[in-house]
Amino acid sequence: MSQTLSPAAAKTPRFGEIGLAGVLAVLALLTAFIAVKAWTPGYAFHMVVLCLASVAGIYAIYLRYQKREAAWPPQELDGVPNYNFGPIKFCTLASVFWGIAGFTVGLYIALELAFPDLNFARWVNFGRLRPLHTSAVIFAFGGNILLATSLYIVQRTSRARLPGDLSPWFIALGYNLFIVIAGTGYLLGITHSKEYAEPEWYADLLLVAVWLTYFGVFLGTIMKRSEPHIYVANWFFLAFIVTIAVLVLGNNAAIPVSLFSPKSYIVWSGVQDAMIQWWYGHNAVGFYLTASFLGMMYYFVPKRAGRPVYSYRLSIIHFWALIFLYIWAGPHHLHFTALPDWAQTLGMTMSIILWMPSWGGMINGMLTLSGAWDKLRTDPVLRLLVVSIAFYGMSTFEGPLMSIKTVNSLSHYTDWTIGHVHSGALGWVGYISFGALYCIVPWLWNRRGLYSLKLVNWHFWISTIGIVFYISSMWVAGIMQGLMWRAYTSLGFLEYSFIETVEAMHPMYVIRALGGFLFLVGALIMAYNLYMTIVSPDAAEVPESRPSPQPRLVPAE
Amino acid sequence: MADHAHGGDYDAATGKTTTGHSWDGISELNTPLPRWWLYTLYGCIVWAIIYWVLFPAWPWFGGATKGLLGWNSRTVVARELDELRASRSAMNDKLAAASLQQIEATPELLAFARAEGAAAFAQNCSPCHGAGAQGSRGYPNLNADRWLWGGTLDQIHTTITHGARWTADPDTHAGVMPSFGRDGLLNKEEISTIADYVRTLSGNAPDAGADLAKGKQLFIDNCSPCHGEDGKGNVDVGAANLTTQVWLYGPTKADIMHRIEVGGGGVMPAWKGRLDESTIKALTVFVHTLGGGK
Repeated sequence: MSQTLSPAAAKTPRFGEIGLAGVLAVLALLTAFIAVKAWTPGYAFHMVVLCLASVAGIYAIYLRYQKREAAWPPQELDGVPNYNFGPIKFCTLASVFWGIAGFTVGLYIALELAFPDLNFARWVNFGRLRPLHTSAVIFAFGGNILLATSLYIVQRTSRARLPGDLSPWFIALGYNLFIVIAGTGYLLGITHSKEYAEPEWYADLLLVAVWLTYFGVFLGTIMKRSEPHIYVANWFFLAFIVTIAVLVLGNNAAIPVSLFSPKSYIVWSGVQDAMIQWWYGHNAVGFYLTASFLGMMYYFVPKRAGRPVYSYRLSIIHFWALIFLYIWAGPHHLHFTALPDWAQTLGMTMSIILWMPSWGGMINGMLTLSGAWDKLRTDPVLRLLVVSIAFYGMSTFEGPLMSIKTVNSLSHYTDWTIGHVHSGALGWVGYISFGALYCIVPWLWNRRGLYSLKLVNWHFWISTIGIVFYISSMWVAGIMQGLMWRAYTSLGFLEYSFIETVEAMHPMYVIRALGGFLFLVGALIMAYNLYMTIVSPDAAEVPESRPSPQPRLVPAE
Repeated sequence: MADHAHGGDYDAATGKTTTGHSWDGISELNTPLPRWWLYTLYGCIVWAIIYWVLFPAWPWFGGATKGLLGWNSRTVVARELDELRASRSAMNDKLAAASLQQIEATPELLAFARAEGAAAFAQNCSPCHGAGAQGSRGYPNLNADRWLWGGTLDQIHTTITHGARWTADPDTHAGVMPSFGRDGLLNKEEISTIADYVRTLSGNAPDAGADLAKGKQLFIDNCSPCHGEDGKGNVDVGAANLTTQVWLYGPTKADIMHRIEVGGGGVMPAWKGRLDESTIKALTVFVHTLGGGK
């Protein structure tokens, strides 16, 4: 204590501490005022949560001030950058927590589709739980692991500490507060009703504040880097951060009914609204779930394989091609609708051109293993990473295929789409994140390795079987559904009613739920393994490595 | 070697050199773009350009390029619908010209009407009446020969056309059962007594010690105007036949008491204006031939 108390006399509150505490104080008063005047109990509840969070924030700043040194944290310790890992650890744990929560809700809604009696109360209705599931897995699980890995990678590959003292914590805590507001809102029936953009205006404002801070901190780290060049992973992360900012602002442009109402109306209407929604929606896939996770891949795969990235040129070309093309692809979600034909054409053709740029990432990830393929036998973490790349390749082939109008006329509105999304979500996003978690947890907590590689193996096989159940049942269900919808009798009448197609899909829905269950079991095994890694430092296991026949890198002759 | 200029290191496993940079221990090989990758990318671009030339593609002042094929999704839909209508038109014309009775008497027309009726039923009626027309609580079973509003071809046609208790249609079936309990017309004990008697009409046992004579008198005073003294109902006002085992809202005493308490009745939309006349005719024939038609 004496260490922390003695310099206290010399220390003064910093501008950031006073500024942020001041903003939080204003926010606390404002939200308390709104809570009293709120039109609905759900909104009042949210304002109370925000008010308490603001007060807690001020208190946390005060406690932190009490404990900290008078001087700024050093940029380097013993010649090594003094990396800021606190908020990263928080986001890593949050990601595991939200992942389990999101997979569980996913399992429940899969069961609701198979057994509709599970919709027994309005708070657990499919309509409310479905956005809770999608947001929990994409924005909470995916978002937290992205925050964790991007802020980790940008520091390590730039050899620089994150700028700012409070701002990295503001990102981590603010983002998770946004998740809580958004998720509880869905359960209370507060929603924009725009797919993947359900949070209402006040949650969006919080997100924008967090996201701009994230952008600043990330860019700031790159600007103060000690490396002459910016590593490829950071290009992908930066593209992700910038594009998501633009997308969220564009798609959520809304006018609140009142300061005291949670409801707002989107400024776009009609087919323009649909187009902007899917411009947003598809690029949420393209940037939130693809570009950013490619950034993750570009760090963890070469790191774990101990091999150089396969091709620098390919990484440049496929990066620029990918970000240029993805932004055009949204209209393929609106084939055969009121959207003008020309927009549908552009959406489809750009999706086809996007096939190879997407595969550039797969090639670069896969072939990075050249010279290290044997590690797949001994390192289940590397296996997770590589299988995720395989699923990425499969989904990014299936996507362009489904964007072709002829295919889309069969696949659109069917469960084939759900299967496609999940081969990307479970296989690609899930596995690359699990691989990253298995790498980053021992690194962040200074462990030699994971608690158990055997458990990683179990996780891998159980969840892989789960994914296979999931996507194959949805292929069958979706194609059957599409064929039944379009079936005509010889006299020219529709052969099946909608309810008959639902009935026919029941067995597939049960198999899908089983697949989801296995995926959840795998994730629970991972959570246990990561927990044991953190709490038992001595039990680490490292993969056996084959002695290299020759040094991997030697100076050129 | 030329790679010296880049300052790259030689990688023995692949035989390639790196770009010379390293980030946190990660370096990058100077591998050229895979040829198959590049040519497939070019192929996709060429395909897209051809597609743009043939189909509507690029926005321009006052519209967009129309494409050499003149293809347009609205035209396609209109054409496909026309083709479908044309394929059915010969039979549809015959259906429109024939009376309901003639349709049933002509095997060719009957088969067509039943096919069209089955499709229309699946799309429009099954949400309430069930995919097999088996009904459910509050929604009549159309396979049984008990009909609230009559089971002849013409009566079924009227019901489908104008619906039941569908206030937007002035010709709808309007009969509504009074809320005897809720509106204070009968007290709890009287309702219970009537319910016991009503159960005996269909051969079900009343509660022990039920006053059936009083029940009968109450039934005649309150219920017989619609359901008839014998309880056989009246299709003109949609009063159910209470002497069979077909129960719309359940056969238990509690079910019957609840009906007497709240009264009312189910609502069915008028399909005139939503479905064309030949579809309504086909539906009528379909429902009539399900097994319970009179």
